[in-house]
Amino acid sequence: MQTIFEQFGLLAAFWMTIKLTLWSALFATVIGTLVAIMRLSPVGILRQLGATYVTLVRNTPLTLIMIFSSIALSGVLGLVLASRDAPGGYIATQNFRLAVLALSVYHAAFVCEAIRSGVNTIPLGQAEAARSIGLTFSQSLREIILPQAFRGAVTPLGNTLIALTKNTTIAAAIGVAETALVMRNVAEFDPGLLWTAFGLIALGFVILTVPMGLATSFLAHRLAVKR
Amino acid sequence: MTDTNDGPRRTPDRPLVVLENVNKHFGDLHVLKDINLTVHEGEVVVVIGPSGSGKSTLCRTINRLETFESGRITIAGKELPQEGKDLARLRADVGMVFQSFNLFAHKTILENVTLGPTKVRGLKTAAAKDRAMELLKRVGVEHQAAKYPAQLSGGQQQRVAIARSLAMEPTVMLFDEPTSALDPEMINEVLDVMTQLAHSGMTMIVVTHEMGFARKAADRVVFMADGAIVEENTPEEFFTHPRSARAKDFLGKILTH
Repeated sequence: MQTIFEQFGLLAAFWMTIKLTLWSALFATVIGTLVAIMRLSPVGILRQLGATYVTLVRNTPLTLIMIFSSIALSGVLGLVLASRDAPGGYIATQNFRLAVLALSVYHAAFVCEAIRSGVNTIPLGQAEAARSIGLTFSQSLREIILPQAFRGAVTPLGNTLIALTKNTTIAAAIGVAETALVMRNVAEFDPGLLWTAFGLIALGFVILTVPMGLATSFLAHRLAVKR
Repeated sequence: MTDTNDGPRRTPDRPLVVLENVNKHFGDLHVLKDINLTVHEGEVVVVIGPSGSGKSTLCRTINRLETFESGRITIAGKELPQEGKDLARLRADVGMVFQSFNLFAHKTILENVTLGPTKVRGLKTAAAKDRAMELLKRVGVEHQAAKYPAQLSGGQQQRVAIARSLAMEPTVMLFDEPTSALDPEMINEVLDVMTQLAHSGMTMIVVTHEMGFARKAADRVVFMADGAIVEENTPEEFFTHPRSARAKDFLGKILTH
């Protein structure tokens, strides 16, 4: 068992999983919120763009987006996300950031739909009251609609975060040194440890995601808007 | 004009809200038919009529929560802007009280009242709070300032909604069936606040089924049926001598019990 930690760097791999999760969750939330605002806006073209984004991204397999990010964006189009002398090495940093990009873009579609489901929990009268005291569209969004939408969307947002955490394993496809890559290395170089590695990695994910589920339930209850 | 009310009265030569030939359809339904209505400064106009007569739509059209297809609406001589910041500015001057209160559910009572003044009028938080507390006191819910809307009774929520509108120092207040969603024992506490407001000289357009309020506080009653204004008169005249058959029929149905 010690070999898995020492030779295959399991703890470092989990740390990578956590980093992928946190950065991707951050960017997915930002992009998802922006797309949700587009879908709610009174401007037809923005609504269409938002809807197209969600339809396109949500229905594309994540593996495809991940490989697209690596081969098409980085390889063919020459997108550079890391500096040549990045600490930790250019290739590793570049791959990490490409993975975050793919994970963010993909989960943003789900974040957007979660927020929209939250918006649907808000009675129409809230927006009307906001407008009637003279708030502009963006002020109503900021002060009235989005705060209530996020509170109403805690459960689907939590589900998206849990899915995101597990989906970081796809980053192994473009060589990011996270848990799935450790799994692959163990299978290749030390198959005797396969079951142990499998058990440890599964346990690691349970340790990461179970608290997320509990926190989601707690927050959903705690933040619920009483009507 | 017979006037049994006390308190400051209207200045008939200063029109504040003017609707000219306003028409609106919901699909095939002609909900507002050539509406012409002038409300003067300080005047209290009560709009009554059977359900589906277009009175709520009329009320909501005045601050453009509903659009209309033809005609003109001006407030203090200015035509309603179509969209955007100008419209927001106009709405800030037109108070609106809804049937379902519509207090901001995630904000405290105090925050509900200070939001508009701070965000729209640019008032400092401390000044907005003082003013809000004053208004909450005026409507009798100052002790609930730290609570959330769902913790208050319907009557209290509606009084907060009135305070929220007043905080914007509106030139005219619209009431869209303000007591229709209330339990009977809470109707009077809201009507009392509205009556006080009417006597303080506020220009008000009130859609309601409360005939008592119409008699007590209105300068003029506007009777609507099938999307058109059928009759306009002083409350005295309207309730005792309705001229149109529709009004006679309507009053016969509601005043007998």
